[in-house]
Amino acid sequence: MAKTTKKCPSEAEGMGNKAHVEKEAHVEKEAHVEKEAGGGKKGAVSRREILQVMAAAGGAALIGSSTEVFAEGKFSGWPDRRGMLTDLTECVGCRACEKACNQANRLPEPEVSFDEKSVFEKKRRPTASAYTVVNRYPDSKSSDKPLYRKVQCNHCNEPGCASACPVNAYKKTPEGPVLYNADVCFGCRYCMVACPFYVPAYDYDSALEPKIVKCTLCYGRISKGGIPACAEACPAGAVTFGKRSDLIKLARNKIRRTPDRYIDRIYGEYEVGGTSWMYISGVPFEQMDFPAILPEKPLVEQTKGFLSAVPLVLTMWPALLTMCYAATRNKEGKE
Amino acid sequence: MNDETIAKAETFPARFTDKLLMGMSWAEYSKTLITPFNIVAMIILCVGFPLIGLRFYKGLAAVTHASNEYPWSILLGWGLFAGVPLSGTGYVMATAVYILGYKKYHPLVRLGVLTGFMGYLFAVIYLLIDIGRPWRIYYPMAVSFGPTSVLFLVAWHVATYLTVQLLEFSPAILEWLRSRRVRKWAVMMTIAMTIAGVILSTLHQSALGALFLLAPGKVHPLWYSTFVPVFNFVSSIFGGLCMVIAVSTVCARWLRERADATFLTNLDPLTVGLGKAAGIVMFVYFVLKLIGVAHDDNWALLGTGYGSWFLVEILLFVLVPVITLTVGVKKGSARIVRFGAFHAIAGIILNRLNLSIITFNWNLPNHFHDIVPPTKEALIVLSIITFHILLFRWILNRMPVLREDPDYPEEDH
Repeated sequence: MAKTTKKCPSEAEGMGNKAHVEKEAHVEKEAHVEKEAGGGKKGAVSRREILQVMAAAGGAALIGSSTEVFAEGKFSGWPDRRGMLTDLTECVGCRACEKACNQANRLPEPEVSFDEKSVFEKKRRPTASAYTVVNRYPDSKSSDKPLYRKVQCNHCNEPGCASACPVNAYKKTPEGPVLYNADVCFGCRYCMVACPFYVPAYDYDSALEPKIVKCTLCYGRISKGGIPACAEACPAGAVTFGKRSDLIKLARNKIRRTPDRYIDRIYGEYEVGGTSWMYISGVPFEQMDFPAILPEKPLVEQTKGFLSAVPLVLTMWPALLTMCYAATRNKEGKE
Repeated sequence: MNDETIAKAETFPARFTDKLLMGMSWAEYSKTLITPFNIVAMIILCVGFPLIGLRFYKGLAAVTHASNEYPWSILLGWGLFAGVPLSGTGYVMATAVYILGYKKYHPLVRLGVLTGFMGYLFAVIYLLIDIGRPWRIYYPMAVSFGPTSVLFLVAWHVATYLTVQLLEFSPAILEWLRSRRVRKWAVMMTIAMTIAGVILSTLHQSALGALFLLAPGKVHPLWYSTFVPVFNFVSSIFGGLCMVIAVSTVCARWLRERADATFLTNLDPLTVGLGKAAGIVMFVYFVLKLIGVAHDDNWALLGTGYGSWFLVEILLFVLVPVITLTVGVKKGSARIVRFGAFHAIAGIILNRLNLSIITFNWNLPNHFHDIVPPTKEALIVLSIITFHILLFRWILNRMPVLREDPDYPEEDH
């Protein structure tokens, strides 16, 4: 069911074609696995959930030590989660993905048409009316042909936005997409502060019902066995949908077979704990404005130390302060 | 509410009006309101409040930069991140007097608690203007829980601590209303509420720094430190102490008639005492900041532009006030201590703005252009500050804060 019907891109050379065939094979295989794996996802428990339970137990201080034990358990993400692989060497900057995304998600009409190339003169970012945008960069390898980068939510394995949200409006689904629920959101925008990729956008123009807007990895389509609109629309085969583990293999194969074409790195494999959306490129990622100094640990690890101290303070402070108070009283009594 | 004779109960509305007008008739009271200060304040409110209305009519985009890269602007940078550490006044004063037994600071406790309560109240007001759907502000408490979030902790604590501080301040309100029996209950809670206040303050003061731990790579490495929760907590201690010095200075100058002799005669020696404590804590903070640089081995960054800015912060706005406070204490000069205290407060504001706005997204192009607040937003902030001062003065004019009510002597506490 998950079929990728791709026209061959005009500038793709022989090796590129092979990669496409291979990719299709992977995607087909993934579709079968998906059917069989249906029920087997429930065994995995995310660190996030465990932390939630722990924090809910807040008052019981000694749990602080067992938090460590649980949280150190290795969770490598939902096993069958989907993802996307953007091959930055293939993208031709046609903006077909932007258009398809706009239509599939019933977003507002853009101010300038999707055929307009002048938008590349400025760097753009996802906004309240666009889940995805394409930006243009000069190619440091060849001066005649520019490079293009598609920007959208990367659907982290352990998302910073979800760790930030005080009302639990974000959810990493077992299928891969990170989804946002506007029904509980009160608009604090901490998710935007936390997102290392500058993805969540906020509709500041709405006075009373503002919400966060971001890519959903076409959750509705993929949960019915379809593929995301942008991947379907891409005429260059730059965006591939599939099981994340398969996409990593695909990316490795591409890099191994054409080492001249790619730098030896899959962006998103490890960044902030890994993302569902990954990238391979011919030039260093920093040259295309990818955040360069990100930790490999999920962002939730950055605040874990602080949060695990909370129950300790809650229980030990009252005892210590009461002791101070008693000591003061005692001293006064003697005098 | 009032436990005087039932016969007097029906005149309660009249007596309450009498309290609101401070014993004057409407005509007399209205006349006292026409002062140059009030006229300026009114003009500011007349400009600022409609702009707040505009935010709820046209959205935040109409009054702020509405940036997706800079989700938090000065509404929160000033109102929450700088406002909360300077509202540490309540917990530091209550701890000093009730827990540690520094009884001589008693004349300043209520002022500290009121300053703290008002600071938190207004932090919530800034928040209500800034967040998208303010009527959902209780959601983290009742509807949907996100306990992995540091902001979840902040939400719970600010809400709880606001209540705790209201209870801590309630004896003053109840004395004003002459409600002796309820007041007795309120006073009995003092120790418990003080302890609760310290716990809550320890956690949320540090949490306001820990919030930014989730954004490595966005906050400049010199400000992004594992120790940032400790920095924020420690600076809230001297922030609170210095604010008590500052607020009492202002009150002793402009609300002298509302203060009693105990307050006015003790103020100078108490100011020096608070300055001593603030100076010591501040010095500890200064050393901690250096340890922070050493821990992350960021010495090389001190040579960069942001490094110079960091040095400006910790030398001109931390070390210099420490020296001023020390000199003031050595000479026993309340005047010098007051200079140091105001300077230290400026340093805390600078630090919190650095963390939340000035060095946030330091590596984005056009960074400095994007952090300057638009005029409308600045006017909103100015009008809220004005309203804050007016409400604060309104309370000081009526309730026994700077003075002791002769009917309720200190022994009761």
